[in-house]
Amino acid sequence: MNENVIFSINGPVIRVKDTSTFSMLEMVFVGHKKLLGEVIEISKKFTTIQVYERTVNLKPGEPVLSTKEAISLTLGPGIINNIFDGIERPLKSIAKESGAFIPIGSNVDPLSIDKEWDVTFKIKIGDYVTFGDIYGVIPETKIIEHRLMVPKGVDGQVVEVVLDGLYRLYDVVAVIKDKFDVLHELTLCQRWPIKTPRPVAERIQTTTPLITGQRIIDTLFPIAKGGTAAIPGGFGSGKTMMQHQIAKWCDADIIIYVGCGERGNEITHALDEFSTLVDPKSGDLLIERTVLIANTSNMPVAAREASIYTGITIAEYFRDMGYHVAVIADSTSRWAEALREISGRLEEMPAEEGFPPYLSTRLSQFYERAGYVKTLNELTGSITIIGAISPQGADFSEPVTQNTKRFVHCFWALDKQLAYNRHYPAINWLQSYSEYIQSLVKWYNRNVDINFLDNRQKFIALLAEEDKLMEIVKLIGSDLLPDHQKLIIETGKLIRTGFLQQDAFHKEDTFVPLDKQSKMMEIILYLHDQSLKVLQSGVAFRMITNTNIFSDLSKMRYKIANDELELFDNYLKKIDTALAGVR
Amino acid sequence: MKLQYVGLEEIKGPLIVIDHVKDVAYGEVVEIELDDGTIRRGGVIEISGEKALIQVYEGTQGISLENTKTAFLGHPIRMGLSKEVLGRVFSGTGEPIDDLGPIFVDEYKEVYSSPLNPISRIYPRNYIHTGISTIDALTTLIRGQKLPIFSDSGMPHDKLAVQIVKQAQISKNENDNFCIVFAAMGVKNDVADYFKRSFEEAGVLDKVVMFLNLSNDPIIERIITPRCALTTAEYLAFQQDMHVLVILTDVTSYCEALREFSSSKGEIPGRKGFPGYLYSDLASIFERAGIIEQSKGSITQIPILTMPNNDITHPIPDLTGYITEGQIVLDSELKQKGIYPPMGILPSLSRLMKDGIGAGYTREDHQALANQIFASYSKVGEARSLASVIGEDELSPVDKAYIDFGNLFEKHFINQGFTVSRSIEETLDLGWQLLSMLSREELNRTEDRFLDQFYNHKQAVEDFGLEEKSIITSLKEIGD
Repeated sequence: MNENVIFSINGPVIRVKDTSTFSMLEMVFVGHKKLLGEVIEISKKFTTIQVYERTVNLKPGEPVLSTKEAISLTLGPGIINNIFDGIERPLKSIAKESGAFIPIGSNVDPLSIDKEWDVTFKIKIGDYVTFGDIYGVIPETKIIEHRLMVPKGVDGQVVEVVLDGLYRLYDVVAVIKDKFDVLHELTLCQRWPIKTPRPVAERIQTTTPLITGQRIIDTLFPIAKGGTAAIPGGFGSGKTMMQHQIAKWCDADIIIYVGCGERGNEITHALDEFSTLVDPKSGDLLIERTVLIANTSNMPVAAREASIYTGITIAEYFRDMGYHVAVIADSTSRWAEALREISGRLEEMPAEEGFPPYLSTRLSQFYERAGYVKTLNELTGSITIIGAISPQGADFSEPVTQNTKRFVHCFWALDKQLAYNRHYPAINWLQSYSEYIQSLVKWYNRNVDINFLDNRQKFIALLAEEDKLMEIVKLIGSDLLPDHQKLIIETGKLIRTGFLQQDAFHKEDTFVPLDKQSKMMEIILYLHDQSLKVLQSGVAFRMITNTNIFSDLSKMRYKIANDELELFDNYLKKIDTALAGVR
Repeated sequence: MKLQYVGLEEIKGPLIVIDHVKDVAYGEVVEIELDDGTIRRGGVIEISGEKALIQVYEGTQGISLENTKTAFLGHPIRMGLSKEVLGRVFSGTGEPIDDLGPIFVDEYKEVYSSPLNPISRIYPRNYIHTGISTIDALTTLIRGQKLPIFSDSGMPHDKLAVQIVKQAQISKNENDNFCIVFAAMGVKNDVADYFKRSFEEAGVLDKVVMFLNLSNDPIIERIITPRCALTTAEYLAFQQDMHVLVILTDVTSYCEALREFSSSKGEIPGRKGFPGYLYSDLASIFERAGIIEQSKGSITQIPILTMPNNDITHPIPDLTGYITEGQIVLDSELKQKGIYPPMGILPSLSRLMKDGIGAGYTREDHQALANQIFASYSKVGEARSLASVIGEDELSPVDKAYIDFGNLFEKHFINQGFTVSRSIEETLDLGWQLLSMLSREELNRTEDRFLDQFYNHKQAVEDFGLEEKSIITSLKEIGD
C-alpha cells in the first residue's frame, strides 16, 4: 500500500492526492510532527483535510496517517477543574512541558494517566450491563461524583470486576462478555466523537428555571434548565461579563465554559476568579464544578470550530451521569467565523455575508443538543446552552444573530446605549424575551410567591409605558405631563436604577436570591400603588418626590443583605410614613 | 551552496509562482535575486504539488519571468534580535535602515509566533499612570493591556499617543527598564517624523525601536511590519524583562493592505471586501500583549486606527473592539469646541480597569467616582438633546443643572491640555468637585459613605462660581 502524502498546503487546509483510504470526518495525523487534522471533503482526485494546528514548516511529501476514528474526546475522571484547548489538549500540562507558548504538534494525553482515583464499584460478577449503566463512582472533586458509565457497544454479563480501591485511567477494572462471547474490557475512560450527540432515553418538558441570581434574567426573562438562550451584543456591551456572572452564580451542578475565539486575558481572568470564588450552593470553590475550554482568538481557527462541539460533548457526558449542566459559549460568532474561514479556503459558494449556506444547520444542530432528559440509565439531567453572539457593528440583522434567534427560546439583547450609560447588565428590556414563562408558572407559584408572575407582568407593563412616555418627554420635556404619567416615569426610573441595574462588583448585589428579587419587586409596586392613591386625593406629584422616597428605594439593593429579608418591612413603613406626610 | 531556481512561472500583483520546486515548506522565506543584483524577499503562502505561490514583500515591480534567481532559505520569516535593537530604525520587514549597519544577533525568532498559552498569562492588574485625567479616571490603562485609540483623520490621536509616552509611568521606580516599540504601517512621512522628534524631545530615543513602513512602501511589507515589531517586543519583554509599550499606527492602513493582498490571491471577500479571516488576523496581532509567568516584563499595546468615515461600526474598528480590551474614542464635536484631549468618554472603555483600580492600586473611591461620572455625563447628553428641541429656557431645573455640569466637566476635567500632567489624587478630587455641582439626590450610583466624604456642593459652587456665569459665556471660554 502506498503511503499517503501531502500534496498541497493552503493555510490550515491540506490536500492528499489520489487516495481512497480516508472516510469523511475521520481524524488524521499530518506530517512528521503528527498535527491533528480532520477529513472534510473527499473526491476521486483529492482528499481535503483541515488541520487543527498551524501548518508552518509543513512540506509536500510528508506523511498523512489515517486513524479510522472520527475526532473524539477521552471522557473520564479528571475533566472537572481542568482547562483544555478546542481539541481537548490540557493547557496546564502543555505549559508545564513547553513553556508560555503553545508549540506545534504537542501530543499530551488529555487526562492524567498516572493519577490514582478512588473507585467504588456498583456491579458484581453475573450482573447484566448495557450502554449507559453506571458501573462505578469516583469522588472527582469535593462536590462532583464521577459516575463511570458503560460505553457504547458494550452489552452483556460481568465476568470480572476488581475490588474497590485506587485505579488509574487506563487500568482494566471489569470485563464484560457479550452474547457472542466476545470479551470487552472496561477502564475508567471512554472515547466519544464530538460531532455525534450522545443518545438519551427520552426528552422531558422543562419545568424548572435555571436560577442565575441576576434580577433581569430570573425575574423578567427566565431560562429553564435544559433551555437555550442567546446573548447578542456589540463590543463593550458586557457580554463576557454577563457570561461570567451566569457561570459563577447559576444553580447548575456543572459549568462548561467555552471561550471560543475570545481574549486570552479573559480566560486567565475566568480561571483566577473561579479558583478563588466560593459557590453559594455548595460552599466550595467554583472551580470544583467547572470545566474551561479555551481556544483564544489567536489559536488555530479549525480548533476553534471544534471547541464548541468539545464543550457540548463533555456536557452530555456529565448529563448522562444525572447532572444539570450549563454550557456557556463565548462567542458563537467566532465559531461561525471559523466555519466561514474554512469554507472560504475550500472555495465553497458563500451565502449571506460570506458565511457558508450550512450555517443555520450547524447552529440548529448545536442548540438542539440542549434539553431536559431522562438518560439511558433512568436518571434525569439537563444541558442548558447560553451562547453569546458578537454581531458585526452591533447590528442584529446579521446572519449569525438571525439564524440563532430561530433556534433559541431566550433572547437577552444587549444594548450599546445602555452600556454607554453604564447601565449594567445592559440587557434591553424591550427587545429581550423568554418563551419559558408558560412552562415555569407552576414552579414560580410553588417556590417563590403566588403573586410573583403577576408582579412581573406589572413591571413589564410599567416599563413599556415608561418607554412610550419617554418619547413624548424627549419632545416636550417632563414638566408638561399630567401627574399620574409623571409617576409612571418615576417608577420606571426606579425599576431601572433600583432593580434592573445590578452591580457585579458589589458583595451583596452580585448575586441576589429569588426571594429578595420578589420582595424588591413587591416594595416598588407598593410604592407605585400607594403614590397613585395619594395623587388621586389631589396631592401634587412634586410633594411625593420631595420626600426622596424614590431615591431611597433605589438604594435598597445595596442596603439589605441577602439574608436579612425581614428588613424589607422597614421599607413598607418608610413608604407609609413618607406618603402620610404629604397627604 | 544554496539551490537557486531560475525564472518564474507567473507574476500576479505582489505574488509570483515558481514551478518544479522540491522540498519546500509552507511559510518558508525566499530570496529573489534580480539581474541587477538587488535582492528581494518573499514568503511561501501556498504549495500545490511542485508549484509554490510566493508573496514578495517588497513588491514585484521590475520582476519578469526570466530575470530572477530564487533561493529557498529553509526557515520561515524571522528576525535577528539582541538588546542592540534599542535606538535603531528598521524597515517594515525588519532590516536596519538607519545606516548604522547590521545588528549583532543574539537570537533569531519567528515573526509569526505560536499563540500564548492562557495558562501562562498573568492577569494584568497594575495601572499605568498617564497623567491624563480622562484616561486615568475613566478608562484606566493597565500594564499588559491592549487599548486602541479610535480616531478620525484630522484628529489629534498622534499627539495623544505622544503625550501618553511622555507622561506615562510605565514602570514605577524601575525607569531604566522600559522601552517603546513603534511600528508605522502606511503612515505619512511627516507623521513618522513627528513621532521621532517627540521621542527625541522626551529624551527616550535610545529606548525606542522603530519599524517604518510608510504610505508609499509596498503593502506586503506592511503585513509583516506589526509582526516584526511584536516579535521584537516579545523578545524585549519576555527575555530581557523589560516593560514594553507598543504603538501601532495606523491599523486601518494595515487592514487595507490585507484586503488588497487577499483580493490579489482571489479569496472570497467578507464584509466591505475585507477577507473573512480579518478577525483572526487582527487577533494574531493584538493578542500578542500581556504578561507571562516566566518573565518580569510586559507588553502594553496602543494601536491607533482612523475610523473610515468616522464610523465605529465599520469592520476595522468593529473587529478591533471585539479583540482589544477596551478603546479610547476621540470625538470630533469636542475637538470643534477646542477641547484637548477630545476624548469621548461615553463610548470609551477600559475592560481591565475594574481589577486595577481601587484600594491598593489607585484610591478606594475610584470605581464609584467613575460610575457616577459616566451616569451623570450620559444625562448631560439627554438634557442637551432635549434643549435642542424645546430650548434651554424651557428645561426643568434638574436638566439645567446637568447642562451646566456638562459644560464645566468638559472645560475643567476633559480639557486638560497637552502639557499638563495630573496626579491620580488631583484627578479624582477634581471629579468629585465637579459632581458636587449636582444635587446629592442625583448621585445614585455611589454608596453614601463616599458622598459623605467627598460631596461638597457649597464649596463647588464657590469654586466654579456657577451662579454668575450663563451657559453662553462658559461655552465661549471653552472655545478660547
